[in-house]
Amino acid sequence: MLTNDVVSFIIVLMRSLRRTRRVLQGDLARDIALVLLADGIVGVSFGAIAVGSGLPVWLPMLLSLLVFAGAAQFLFVGIIAAGGNPVAAVLAGLLVNARHVPFGFAIGDVLGSGWRKWAGTHVMIDESVAFALAQHDAERRKAAYWACGVGLFVCWNVGVALGAVAGTAVSDTAALGLDAAFPAVLLALVLPSLRDKATAAAALVGVAVALVATPVLPAGLPVLLALLALPIALVLRGTRAPATVHAGESRESGRHDDPAPSGEATGEETSCPSR
Amino acid sequence: MSEQIILIAAVGVLAVGTYALRACGPALRERVRLPQRAEEAMTLASVLLLAALVGTAALIEADGFAGWARPAGVLVGGVLAWRKAPFVVVVLAAAATAALLRLAGVP
Repeated sequence: MLTNDVVSFIIVLMRSLRRTRRVLQGDLARDIALVLLADGIVGVSFGAIAVGSGLPVWLPMLLSLLVFAGAAQFLFVGIIAAGGNPVAAVLAGLLVNARHVPFGFAIGDVLGSGWRKWAGTHVMIDESVAFALAQHDAERRKAAYWACGVGLFVCWNVGVALGAVAGTAVSDTAALGLDAAFPAVLLALVLPSLRDKATAAAALVGVAVALVATPVLPAGLPVLLALLALPIALVLRGTRAPATVHAGESRESGRHDDPAPSGEATGEETSCPSR
Repeated sequence: MSEQIILIAAVGVLAVGTYALRACGPALRERVRLPQRAEEAMTLASVLLLAALVGTAALIEADGFAGWARPAGVLVGGVLAWRKAPFVVVVLAAAATAALLRLAGVP
């Protein structure tokens, strides 16, 4: 009985893997692989930093398996290592992860049902959401989400385990510039959506609000405040012809058609912070 | 020993809470049939959150300015992406710019 379930599970898994591989054409597969590699190295540094700051080896590994959210994990470990209250560490982590609620609304259709929904929910993370949103058609969206999500889960956990056990091999990801890679990945994936001028305007306001709020609010909250700009986009779009342009309209990740709004956004995001 | 148990419990609560946050969207989607406009708004919301993440991750480190090397790298990546460079070039250029600037002594 159990064996039958396992066998059918494996068959379904193999089928969906084959389908995913067919849909993942060269470019998309390569782009995702690069993100997996970069995040794997960041994982090594996370493991090394956690153990290096005096925490037990199992802690970063357990966090990566069960929580699987980079920013929240760094924050949690940072607070605990500094002798902070575990309750504060948990609350900070949850606050940082609150953005997954709207993420889930936006990409809920790629999850499917049954065990796929359970597993797919766990691998919902900035990169997999961004890759999904950047795809044109439903099948590619699904393939991008799953390949990035599952791939990241594996690479992140392997990286963290290596870092935790092997120690400080790559503790300084800043020297490799990997701290610039994460925002660049998200920026490249989100640029096609900013082709829509109303979205670009709202994004500019949202980024500004988040940056201004950062020194005064706890981590995680400033990013959520960017949602205050949502009505701007909705109103701007509502006053024009029925909006058709939104995320997922670009044919390929990393290629963009209208440089104007994205150029503005880039300028804002990299200008001096208001501080 | 009890310290270990507290840590494990903290990780457990964070894990369950995070999973619940992730499950919220898909679960609500199933129960409530959202109008087209609301679905669009959710996608927009995700784009705004990701854009804000780009801004804060590029500029801020532990509540302070991250230094010039990182935003310079992200800017180079952004310009390349805008000029339709391949994704791989965008990401590698961003990392290389930040790494080289740091090598040259820029924080």
